[in-house]
Amino acid sequence: MFLTDEEKRMRDGAEGEAVAAAMDLLVRYGDALGADRLVETRNVAGTMTQPSPAKQRLFEEGGWARAYAVINLDCDRDIEIPRMKVPTCQLQHGFGEDAAGLTAYSPQSIELQGSAESYYSERGVNILATCTPYQVGNLPVRGEHVAWMESSAVVYANSVLGARTNCEGGASTGAASLTGRIPYWGNHLPENRFATHLVEAEVPVDGFQEWGMFGYFVGGEVEEARPAVVGDLGQPDLADLKHFGAATATSGGVELYHIPGVTPVAPNLDAAFGGRAAPEPIRYGRREREWVYETLNAQGSSTDVDFVLLGCPHASLDQIARIAYLLEDRRLHAGTELWVMTPRALRTMADRNGYTRTITRAGGRVLTDSCPAMSKAAPPGTRVFATDSAKQAHYLPAILGIEAWFGALDECIDAAVTGTWRGGLR
Amino acid sequence: MSVGEPGRAAAAVLELRGRGIVPGVVEAEALVTHDSISGFGGIDVATGTVIEPRHELFGQCFTGRVLVFPGAKGSSGWSGFFQSTRLMGTAPAAMVFNVLTTKAVLGAIVTRVPTVVEVAPDPLEAIRTGDLVRVDGDAGIVTILRRATSATASASA
Repeated sequence: MFLTDEEKRMRDGAEGEAVAAAMDLLVRYGDALGADRLVETRNVAGTMTQPSPAKQRLFEEGGWARAYAVINLDCDRDIEIPRMKVPTCQLQHGFGEDAAGLTAYSPQSIELQGSAESYYSERGVNILATCTPYQVGNLPVRGEHVAWMESSAVVYANSVLGARTNCEGGASTGAASLTGRIPYWGNHLPENRFATHLVEAEVPVDGFQEWGMFGYFVGGEVEEARPAVVGDLGQPDLADLKHFGAATATSGGVELYHIPGVTPVAPNLDAAFGGRAAPEPIRYGRREREWVYETLNAQGSSTDVDFVLLGCPHASLDQIARIAYLLEDRRLHAGTELWVMTPRALRTMADRNGYTRTITRAGGRVLTDSCPAMSKAAPPGTRVFATDSAKQAHYLPAILGIEAWFGALDECIDAAVTGTWRGGLR
Repeated sequence: MSVGEPGRAAAAVLELRGRGIVPGVVEAEALVTHDSISGFGGIDVATGTVIEPRHELFGQCFTGRVLVFPGAKGSSGWSGFFQSTRLMGTAPAAMVFNVLTTKAVLGAIVTRVPTVVEVAPDPLEAIRTGDLVRVDGDAGIVTILRRATSATASASA
């Protein structure tokens, strides 16, 4: 892989041992990918603070510097970790103080994460603590090269914002933060950004639930490829595309899609395919829609719902407002908990606008930083949960061994208030 | 390619050529799947076991075996999960895969096990679970040293 003189200097230690280790990792990674060179980036979204047993052991052995060296740079030497070279944010991580005592999640992990936050924020990491950095001020512009993790954020950045990123990992983002470089490969190259598949909706796709179901179908069909989606599509909003993209990256590995006329890179179908002829469309009709619904609900048998989870990916302020509206003057079923996960910055706005008060008065909670899947913890005794998120319905049964119901927001609120799942495909 | 006579273990049964992306040489039994593997929600790092329901390898342990799989799917935490198997002592002995993604490539690097990619003939067809294979990450060669007997294949399948 070609390195500029500046990159060679970084590799050879001119900017210190940590930067040299970071460049060494990027060279190994770029060579393995078959990249020709690196590209500059000034926007990194990664993870450093999320507790894990392995990270805890490294921290006890040699502090956060050791944990960063091993996990984020794949380096076993004792090195000092300098200030991040380019703007870097922490994505979602474990539960924070606001969730203390609500689950079996250990207080030690919350404490460990707090310690990590202090260390990394001193080195210039912005603790956004969300899977949706684009909701709280980190909005790369069209064409910008970024280095992001979190599959739902990656697909949003590439598709909705028109920025360019691969689905990076903890070590590649750790190295990018200290060098401002990432391999120029995959989604960074213009020729790799055209659609490969065409999916046509023959049934109306409009609203949060429908966009999530459609995304789950698209991901399952195209796997890691790049779909353009057309057909009977309503005007999506931020939450709809947040749900759609997360679902495509759950049933498949979609990192980039086009909705001609909606997403910025593809004003029309021709542009989505880069002037090449579009292939025969994969059709999403009534039967396919029913199949998605049944698949997402295949992990449910008991209708006694003891947990409702909303906000995956983290809820927008608009979603929180709707939840509050539906819960006004109502009270949750005695045996059922309701959590709304959101970035802490939006929680502040929800507090200010009274939404948190309404949700809390009904018996629900607005929580931040994490989710039950990331922290592997739900309210004690949870056997059956309901959610409006295709992604959470897909993952949580495997992670926690519980049953899942997937439906519309009003059905989830109904389950929270009655303790019973009464949803169905409408 | 020549296929060794049944019952003779001395000569290599089959040699597959690809590109080594993580150096090192290891010999171990293969664990083969046609399903892509997920990190987050897909494996348990404490036990080195596949935990995704409906996965072909559900409940099976890859620790110390040559993991032969199409590629990575799911969350961007993939590399971190496999890195954790290294730190917890539950990592596979080597990796062989053909679908090149950032997730799988970075995962192989931070797991630090010999890894060969872009292998021909198709390793998913050529290698069977229980086969003894040598993965040479320096030369980019995967060698089937001995075919699984029906007993070892069924025990590990």
